[in-house]
Amino acid sequence: MRVPLSWLREYVDLPATETGRDVQAKLVSAGLEVERVEQLGAGLKGPLVVGKVLTIEELEGFKKPIRFCTVDVGTANGTGEPQEIVCGARNFAVGDKVVVVLPGAVLPGDFAIAARKTYGKTSHGMICSGDELGMGDDGSGGIIVLPPEYEVGTDAIELLELVDEVLDIAVTPDRGYALSMRGVARETATAYGLDLRDPALLDVPGPNAFGHPVQIADPLGCDRFTARTVTGLSPEARSPIWLTRRLQKAGMRPISLAVDITNYVMLELGQPLHAYDRSRIQGAIGVRRAEQGEKLTTLDGAKRTLDAGDLVITDDRGPIGLAGVMGGANTEIDDTEGTTTEVVVEAAHFDPISIARTARRHKLASEASKRFERGVDPEAAAAAAQRTVDLLVLLAGGTADAGVTQVSSPSAPHTITIPANHPDKVAGVDYGRETVVRRLQQVGCDVYGQDELIVTVPSWRPDLTDPNDLAEEVIRLEGYENLPSTLPKPPAGLGLTDRQRLHRRVGRALAGAGYVEALNYPFIGTEVLDQLGLDADDPRRTVVTLVNPLSDEEPAMRTTLLPGLLGALRRNDGRGSHDLALFETGLVFRPTGEEGTAVRLPVDRRPTDEEIAGIDAALPRQPRRAAVVLAGAREQAGWWGKGRPADWADAVEAARTVAREAGVELTVRGDRHAPWHPGRCAALYATVDGEETLVGHAGELHPRVIKALHLPERSCAMEIELDLLERAGAGVVVAPRISTFPVATQDVALVVDRDVPAADVEAALREGAGELLESVRLFDVYEGEQLGEGRKSLAYALRFRAADRTLTVDEASAARDAAVALAGARTGAVLRS
Amino acid sequence: MSAPNKSYDPVEVEALKPEEIERMRDEALAAFAAAGDLDTLQEAKVAHTGGTSPLALANREIGALPPHAKAAAGKLVGQARGAVNKALAARQVELEAERDARVLVEEAVDVTLPYDRVPAGARHPLTTMMERVADVFVSMGYEIAEGPEVEAEWFNFDALNFTPDHPARQMQDTFFVKASKGAEGSKGSEGSTGTDGESGVVLRTHTSPVQARAMLDREPPVYIVCPGRVYRTDELDATHTPVFHQIELLAIDEGLTMADLKGTLDHMVRSLFGADMKTRLRPNYFPFTEPSAEMDMLCYVCKGESVGNPDRPCRTCSSEGWIELGGCGMVNPRVLVACGVDPQKYSGFAFGFGIERMLMFRHNVEDMRDMVEGDVRFTRPFGMEI
Repeated sequence: MRVPLSWLREYVDLPATETGRDVQAKLVSAGLEVERVEQLGAGLKGPLVVGKVLTIEELEGFKKPIRFCTVDVGTANGTGEPQEIVCGARNFAVGDKVVVVLPGAVLPGDFAIAARKTYGKTSHGMICSGDELGMGDDGSGGIIVLPPEYEVGTDAIELLELVDEVLDIAVTPDRGYALSMRGVARETATAYGLDLRDPALLDVPGPNAFGHPVQIADPLGCDRFTARTVTGLSPEARSPIWLTRRLQKAGMRPISLAVDITNYVMLELGQPLHAYDRSRIQGAIGVRRAEQGEKLTTLDGAKRTLDAGDLVITDDRGPIGLAGVMGGANTEIDDTEGTTTEVVVEAAHFDPISIARTARRHKLASEASKRFERGVDPEAAAAAAQRTVDLLVLLAGGTADAGVTQVSSPSAPHTITIPANHPDKVAGVDYGRETVVRRLQQVGCDVYGQDELIVTVPSWRPDLTDPNDLAEEVIRLEGYENLPSTLPKPPAGLGLTDRQRLHRRVGRALAGAGYVEALNYPFIGTEVLDQLGLDADDPRRTVVTLVNPLSDEEPAMRTTLLPGLLGALRRNDGRGSHDLALFETGLVFRPTGEEGTAVRLPVDRRPTDEEIAGIDAALPRQPRRAAVVLAGAREQAGWWGKGRPADWADAVEAARTVAREAGVELTVRGDRHAPWHPGRCAALYATVDGEETLVGHAGELHPRVIKALHLPERSCAMEIELDLLERAGAGVVVAPRISTFPVATQDVALVVDRDVPAADVEAALREGAGELLESVRLFDVYEGEQLGEGRKSLAYALRFRAADRTLTVDEASAARDAAVALAGARTGAVLRS
Repeated sequence: MSAPNKSYDPVEVEALKPEEIERMRDEALAAFAAAGDLDTLQEAKVAHTGGTSPLALANREIGALPPHAKAAAGKLVGQARGAVNKALAARQVELEAERDARVLVEEAVDVTLPYDRVPAGARHPLTTMMERVADVFVSMGYEIAEGPEVEAEWFNFDALNFTPDHPARQMQDTFFVKASKGAEGSKGSEGSTGTDGESGVVLRTHTSPVQARAMLDREPPVYIVCPGRVYRTDELDATHTPVFHQIELLAIDEGLTMADLKGTLDHMVRSLFGADMKTRLRPNYFPFTEPSAEMDMLCYVCKGESVGNPDRPCRTCSSEGWIELGGCGMVNPRVLVACGVDPQKYSGFAFGFGIERMLMFRHNVEDMRDMVEGDVRFTRPFGMEI
C-alpha cells in the first residue's frame, strides 16, 4: 500500500513539521512495515508553469517529426513574450494548456534546464510529459495536456502536487484494513494520539425496493451486496488533476473517470467496487457459484474457464464478472468511445477463502482480490457505494438514482472475552486494566466488564479472533520497544545427544584429516544416476520426486551424497584446485515407492499417536550419511620429497576415520558396486544390533563414471551411513590394562595366493596368536618372480606381551607358530623361506 | 702385581720421585691444554690417563714400596692424577662446547621453508555457525531437536496454524512432493489430502515443524533449539538460495512472557556479538505466533552510530543502525492445542532466523553463491570452529 503523506493529512491533523520519515518510525513501531519513504519531486525546482500553445510550426527534414512552438507562459519568463520551444511530442494542438519548464529550472534526476540549440532552432525550455516530472505514466503517451480552465503562468509544481512523500507499506496478511487510507489513517491517529476523521462516516440512505434488482444464490459466498445507480453521466467528463495525481502516487494508472472513482474509493475505504455500464446489463444482477466449465472473458481480455468453486456475478445472459476478483468484458465501462452514461455501482462483501481460491486458481491477483482475501470491512460497503455515487455526481455531472439495493445476511459482531490482565500476562508487563481498555478502544473495539472484559471487535478487524490477538494490539500500541528483558529458567538440560555429538565429531575428524566440507544441493536427475552406472533396479533409483522442481533436469531428491560432492569436486577442479579432498554429511532420501498419502490431520486437538504414525509412514526414510571424494595429490610434492596421489586406500581410510569416531571397527571386503572401480571397491561392514550389516562403500571410482562425469583421473570416493554406525557403536570405551613388562617382537613373512585378502590373513594370525598378542602390523607386501606366479608375500610384525611376566623367547615363538599355523590352515599361507 | 720388597727404597725408584710425578702431571696438563679438538684430546687422554700412562705406571709402583713409604707416595700420585682428571674433564667440556657451537651451526636449516604436505581441511562455516548459535542455548539448558527435511504438510503448515487457504501459505514458495505409487493406491481411503500436493508431503519450508514434533514428543516444559536445512523455491542468486539453513528456538513453560522472549534474544546477541549488544522487536505477523514480531539486532559494527551520520556510513547495516535478524513471537495457543499442550496452563515463545544471513553480515560474505558452491578456497579459512 502506497500512502501519500499529503493524502494522509486529510484524515489526521499531523503537525506540519512531521516528515515522512517521522511518520514511518511511528507506524513501524505500531506494526505497519513501512519499507521506504519515497520523496516525490526531490530536487525539483521551477519555474514550471501552465502555458498555452500559441503557434505550431512543423519542422521537416529530420528523422522524426519535430514541432517548433510558441507558448504563452504569462509573466513567468520575465518578459511576457511567447516562449519559443522545440517539442517532439504530437498529442497537442494550438490553444491547448500545457506544462512548460523554463530555463533555470531543475527537473527530477538533476536535469537542469537551459536554452539550447536543437533542430536548427533555439529551444527556451520544454513542454513536459508526466514521466519527465516524475509523475508516473498518465496514459497520454506524450506531453501533459491540462484541462482548459487553468490560467497561463500558474505554478505547475503546486498545481500537479509534484512534491510529496509516499510511504510504501508492506501489509502483512492479517491486516487487510491497512490496505486503505482509512486504515493507515487510524493507525497514524492512534500512534500520534490524534483524532481520526473517518471517511466512512457518511450519511447513507436506507435500502428500498427501487434499486437495481440483485439476487444472491449463495449467501455464504456473498453476505452483502449494495447496488446504486447513477444516470446522466457526461461522456466528456475527465478525472480532475487531484484525483489522477492521488491514484498515480498510490501506484495506480488513471483510466477513465468512472473507473478512477471506483479505484479512488477503494484506496480510501478499502472496499473494492465495480461499476457496470447499465445499458449492458440484462436483467437482475445475481451472485452464484459458477457452473463447471462455464466461460467468462475478464477485463484483462483473458477468456477463462470457470470452476464450480468460483463465485460469479451474473445477469440474465450468464457471468458478467468473477466476483471479488475482476469484472467481465461484456459489461465494461466504455472508456474509449465515451458512450457510458449510466452505471450500476457494486459494493459487495465476499467470502475471503472463496476469493483466495479463485485468485489462485486463475493466477489472477487483483487489487480487489488482494483486499477481499485479507478481509474487507463489510460495514463499509454502503458508505463506499455512497462515496462513489457522490463523486460520480460531483465530477461526472450524474444524478443519483433514488433506488438503493442492499442485500445482506444477518451477522453478529464478533466478541472475545479475556481477563483484563491477559495482555499483562502475555507481555510480562503490568499495564493495568485502564490501559488495556483504552488501547482496545483505540483499535475500534467496544469493551465492557471489569476483571473479565467482553470485547466486541470492529468490523474492519476480522483478524481479531483470539485473546492473544487482543493482547498483541495492546502490547504493540504500548510499544514493543518498551518490553523489559528477562530470562526464563529452563530446567537443567542434558546437552547434546550421542547422535548429535557423533555428527560433530565426524565433521571434525574428517576436517582434521584434511577434508573440506561442502554443503551441496540435494537435487538430482535421472541422468546422474545413469552416469554413476547404477543398474536399472538399483534402489538408489527409487527417488522422492518434486511436483515443482527448480530445474526439470533435477526433479528428484538425492538418494546418495555422491552426485553433489562429485559436482563440487568437478567445480573446484575446473577453478584450478586440483588436489582435493571434500566431505559432506547430510540426509539422503530413500523412499520405498510405496509411501502412502500424508493426510491432513485435525488441528483442534492433539492427533493420536496412530494418526501421527500414519503421516510419518508417508515420509521416505531419511538416513544421515557421510561421504568423501578425493582427487589429485593426497600428499603434495615439495622440498621434503615426492608427493603421493590420492588413491582407493585413502577413501577406505576415510571410512575408518568416520567409524572410529563412532567407536566402530569396520570389516572391509572387496566388492563390485557402482559407481566404484570393480577391482578397487571396498564394502564396509559393521555389527549393527548383533548382525553384520553393510554400512557403506569406498574405493576408486569406475573409469567410465569418471569419464561420464568429467572428473579428474583416478578420483576416489567413500559413502557411509552414520545412522547405522551410531547403532553399531561400542558405547563407552573400556580402558585397556597397560602391561609394563617388555615386549617380544616376532616378524613373519607369509606367502599366499594373490587373491587372498590380507584382512583374512591378519584375522587368522590374530586368532591363532592368542591372548599374548598385543598387536599385528602388516609392514610389507611383495610380489616377485621367486614367489611364483600369482603369489604374494605379506610381512607382519607381531608384538607379544604378557600382563604379569616377561615372556620367554620360547613362549613368544610358540604363539607366533600358532598364529602362522592358523593362517596356513585358513588361507593356505606358508612361511616365506 | 709384584710382591712387596722390604728392602726397596722408594727414593731409589725413579718414577716415584716427587719431581718426576710433578713432571708427569705437568706434561699431561700441557698436552690437554694443547689439544685443539676432541680427537687430539682423546689421544692425550689415552697417553696421560690410560693404563700405560706414566702416572698409571707410577701408581703401580706404589705397591712395591715398603709400608712406611706407601702412604706418602700414594698421596703424591693420587693428587697428581686428580689434577689431571679434572683438567681433562674441563678441557673436554670446553672442546665439546666448541664443537657444538660449530656443528649445530653447520646443521642449521631454513625454518621458513613452507610445509603443506597435507593441506588442512575445514568444516563449512554454515555448519559451525549453526553449532555456535545452538551452543549458546545448550549452555542455558536447551536441547537440540531434529526432524525430517521431507515433511508432511500437516507438520509444516496445518499444525502451525497455516490454514489451507491462509494468505500466509502463499508467502512461502513450497516444493511439493509427488505422490508415490503407493499413495495412488490408497487415495481417498481416509481423510482429505493436501490441496497443493497430492502426497501431502513437502520439503519443509522452515524448521518450525520440528517444534511441532518436539511438543508432541515431550511433556512440558519444553526448551529446544532446532537447527537445520530448509527449502523454498527461490532461484539461486547473490542473495537467495533454494536450500538454506535456519535455527529456531522454542520454549514452552508456565508463565512465559514476551519479556522472556526479549531477554532470551538479548542474551543470544550478547553471546554472539558482544556484551553491549541488544535487540529490538517490531510488530509483525506469523500464523504460528501471536503476538508476533520481527527482531532486529543492534548493528554490531557501528552500534547504531552511523544513523544520521553521513560522515560515518556503515556498510554492514546500510547506516540503519539495526540488522534484521528474523521472526519471533509468543506461540499461538492454536498451535499449542494442535500439538497437545494445554494453552490454559502453558505459554511459550519461539524465534527463528537464517544462518546464511548471519554468516553474511558476521563474516562479510558478499555473495550467497560462495556458501553453496563448495569452493575449498572459501571454506578453508573458517577452520574447525567459528
